[in-house]
Amino acid sequence: MTQEGRIAEICEIHAGREGPLLPILHDVQAELGCVDAAAEMQIANALNISRAEVRGVVSFYHDFSAEPDPRPVVQICRAEACKARGVEALMPSASAAAGERVRIDTVYCLGLCSVGPNARIGDDLHARLNGERLTRLIENA
Amino acid sequence: MAYERQPDMGTPASHSDTSVTLTIDGRKITVPEGTSVMRAAAESGGDIPKLCATDNVSAYGSCRLCLVEIEGRRGTPASCTTPVADGMVVKTQTPRLAKLRRGVMELYISDHPLDCLTCSANNDCELQDQAAAVGLRDVRYGYEGENHMGNKPDVSNPYFLFAPDKCIVCSRCVRACDEVQGTFALTVDGRGFGSQISAGQTSDDFLSSDCVSCGACVQACPTSALMEKSVKDMGKPERSVVTTCAYCGVGCTFRAEMKGEQLVRMVPWKDGKANRGHSCVKGRFAWGYANHKDRITTPMIRDAIDQPWREVSWDEALSFTAARLNAIKAEHGAQALGGITSSRCTNEETFLVQKLVRGGFGSNNVDTCARVCHSPTGYGLKTTFGTSAGTQDFDSVMQSDVMLVIGSNPTDGHPVFASRMKQRLRPDLNKDGGAKLIVIDPRRIDLVKSPHIEAAHHLPLQPGTNVAVLTAMAHVIVTERLADEEFIHARCDWDEYQDWARFVSDERHSPEVLEAVTRVPAADLRAAARLYATGGNGAIYYGLGVTEHSQGSSTVMAIANLAMVTGNIGRPGVGVNPMRGQNNVQGACDMGSFPHELAGYRHISDDAARALFEQDWGVTLDAEPGLRINNMLDAAVDGSFRAIYIQGEDILQSDPNTKHVAAGLEAMDCVIVHDLFLNETANYAHVFLPGSTFLEKNGTFTNAERRIQPVRKVMEPANGLEDWEVTQELAKAMGLDWNYAHPAEILAEIARLTPSFAGVSWEMLEEKGSVQWPVTAERPEGSPVMHIDGFVRGKGKFVVTEYVPTDEKTGPRFPLLLTTGRILSQYNVGAQTRRTANTAWHPEDMLEMHPTDAENRGLKDGDWTRLASRTGETTLRVTVTDRVAPGVVYTTFHHPETQANVVTTDYSDWATNCPEYKVTAVQVMPSNGPTDWQEDYAQLSERSRRIDTEREPAE
Repeated sequence: MTQEGRIAEICEIHAGREGPLLPILHDVQAELGCVDAAAEMQIANALNISRAEVRGVVSFYHDFSAEPDPRPVVQICRAEACKARGVEALMPSASAAAGERVRIDTVYCLGLCSVGPNARIGDDLHARLNGERLTRLIENA
Repeated sequence: MAYERQPDMGTPASHSDTSVTLTIDGRKITVPEGTSVMRAAAESGGDIPKLCATDNVSAYGSCRLCLVEIEGRRGTPASCTTPVADGMVVKTQTPRLAKLRRGVMELYISDHPLDCLTCSANNDCELQDQAAAVGLRDVRYGYEGENHMGNKPDVSNPYFLFAPDKCIVCSRCVRACDEVQGTFALTVDGRGFGSQISAGQTSDDFLSSDCVSCGACVQACPTSALMEKSVKDMGKPERSVVTTCAYCGVGCTFRAEMKGEQLVRMVPWKDGKANRGHSCVKGRFAWGYANHKDRITTPMIRDAIDQPWREVSWDEALSFTAARLNAIKAEHGAQALGGITSSRCTNEETFLVQKLVRGGFGSNNVDTCARVCHSPTGYGLKTTFGTSAGTQDFDSVMQSDVMLVIGSNPTDGHPVFASRMKQRLRPDLNKDGGAKLIVIDPRRIDLVKSPHIEAAHHLPLQPGTNVAVLTAMAHVIVTERLADEEFIHARCDWDEYQDWARFVSDERHSPEVLEAVTRVPAADLRAAARLYATGGNGAIYYGLGVTEHSQGSSTVMAIANLAMVTGNIGRPGVGVNPMRGQNNVQGACDMGSFPHELAGYRHISDDAARALFEQDWGVTLDAEPGLRINNMLDAAVDGSFRAIYIQGEDILQSDPNTKHVAAGLEAMDCVIVHDLFLNETANYAHVFLPGSTFLEKNGTFTNAERRIQPVRKVMEPANGLEDWEVTQELAKAMGLDWNYAHPAEILAEIARLTPSFAGVSWEMLEEKGSVQWPVTAERPEGSPVMHIDGFVRGKGKFVVTEYVPTDEKTGPRFPLLLTTGRILSQYNVGAQTRRTANTAWHPEDMLEMHPTDAENRGLKDGDWTRLASRTGETTLRVTVTDRVAPGVVYTTFHHPETQANVVTTDYSDWATNCPEYKVTAVQVMPSNGPTDWQEDYAQLSERSRRIDTEREPAE
């Protein structure tokens, strides 16, 4: 199926909801790996809103990207609690382990403050990380 | 008055009937419930610092500068988002607030260039004002941190620029685009420190975006981030004058902001009752034509049209003209002379031209460009309701529940009113979910579907079948017993209603039977009719897609029938509203510009009315109606009509069947063109009298809602005389004793001679700003809504409107139907807008064609095509789009190179001769160049525009 066809289907699925834009963007990002300019335009037409409005929402969230990035992603929390529990000390080795192959995204809070440092890969959360565990996670990502 | 910014109350006014009393900084004030603390403070004479708040968009609460203290409440709430409450005690200026505000301002200024002295907003900048108000003295953070300075400006829009380094991301521009204009072209891209204003997507700039250049964002911007290029070039204005726009029939009022006699910018006036502080690209920005190099400012004459023009003095031009006119009158009689008034000139100027023709020339051969646009409105509404005018004010639309838009494209033709419509149509802005919309138009206009707006029903009818569609709607309303019989009994002639009801109930008028003719699916039509009849307040808005047909007058009456049968007349929110094309169509019609009517729509054969004018003017008037434009041209070809005075109209380009117009003009002995430019008609003229722009004269315009508004002179006429003075001088040269010193005296004469204007005077307009006629002893304040207690004619009249197909029919040689219209950036024949940067949006006329028809002809987007009808042919490029249905093509008529009216026919409205521009059978084929007519005409134009200039002999 073409990208256009699939986006049309996704829009159709969410059309009746209140506030359908975010669920559509999530699905498009998940399935196509990005929300590109053509997708923004098509979603705007489908929801009868302007392409500027879609752009505003897409650009607000780091979870949506304009171009697909085939690399695996590891999200590492660097908010206050994880910082207090030592995440910053893990970062140099994490970056080294990631190299060009893995993308490391900084996020602020994964909701597990008492058991940090924390990271997230896909829908899986990983807590109580130390240097070794984090490196292994990145290498296996 | 010296330059002063328009007052800004911070948040929009509340219209609640309940009052609330509170105390602000010790001052007691009573305001409507729902008013913000910020606005209440402003109304009580205070001024709370603010940056993200402005009174034409709703409160947002992001800048945190307008914090206040409220007794009994915790913290420091934002005054813009806090509504007033009874007994509230507010402090807006305390040491604690000062500290908070200064802290906020420090953050703003830490990322803002400190180049105030060389900034285009210097001394006209809200950021500067607020920094002063909060007493900012130092920025503790320094200026070395990360910042946005040095970001390149976007200069793609011809009229304004966006400088991101000056932007404080208050989002006023985004909100103005969304709430005021309703285009949603702008957004905040990114977030946090990376937030920046963006015109659409990553690759867009302002010109490529959805932006319609209405200027609302520029007006909303508190800094120089969005700024008119003219202000950047010229600096801050020194004074401002409130005047009325000379483009479409909405009649926006603007502040002309001046430096000496130079116009710096036009800014919509917030107190303007027609536009409520909004504007469009034409009125706001497209005024550069006023000083364009093509403008002619010296009178010119020539003995024959094959000669070059000779520049002469006013005296010589006027005596030459008067001698010719008097000679023709002596030889051929008064009936050989006539004149055409302009819907672009003021009421006073129009009145003088018809007075000159009737009282000076001695014939009633006076007509106006409304002949070719809204004459059927005059006939139709006069017949059914008793008044040749729309029934509502523009504000009425905010109380409508169902809008029926037929043959009108408001977002392009009447953009400022279209924004009001959108505000009422949008579910998110209206507690009751907003109004529903029905669009009857062969073309899918923007209102049918655009961001946040969607018509409940679009009936894409076959051009020329308006009457059939409206009769079918009436059939549904009557046969499904949706008629408001109580209203009809009380307000209309019951016998006529019953005749009409029997007529429309006939099965042959059912949507199912008429579907074959109209191509509108019967089920859609039934649903639309039910919605209009039962959806609450139903308001009809219509344009030239109704009038410019062989059944134009029938369609207007069919519209009136629909309004009466559903009781949608005589209160706010309902009514029948013609969208007037030009600024003063209503006024030109009111002023007695038609050959059969004196000012105020009194028939020339009415002895009492005529006697009134004869006595006042000291002349004898002909009791017989004179010739209409097309009859004058016919008579010219026959040899009985010899001279014409045309003020501010280009009949060659705007009237149908260009070749016939050319033949008529060519046959005359004296064609006098009074205009800003050597227009197309001037190719056939013997006398050219230079005109003055709306910026160079005093007078009044009357807009589509019957609102009489003052036009004020902001600079001296480049040609030396205001247009009314030119007409007066011509009258004097012909031996008439006219001595008006100011248009106020002409207005007084109009009021004296016209009952519906009885209470109007220049002084009254100065005091009130504007007034809607009728202004009489019973209604001294004017009449926003008409026919409240009864129709002007007494009982509303139902008229049977039999559908008669036009004689213009498709066939094997001409299988497509052409319909014509306008585009946002251009205006009418383009004489003004083509001479501005508006050509950036629309450099040429394009032919819209459905993909199926294009494929059949091997045409693709941008190809040159030959557009031919039985009358003539032209060439232009094609746009392939499904906006038009298969079998229908559409174009605009803004460019003389295209001359779309070479193609249109001689068919016209049965009652008023309004030409049938909207239906022409055509064929479209691929082409490789201009037609013979276009080439010949280009040569003729060049030849006939030669101006003889005296040259020094060579040494």
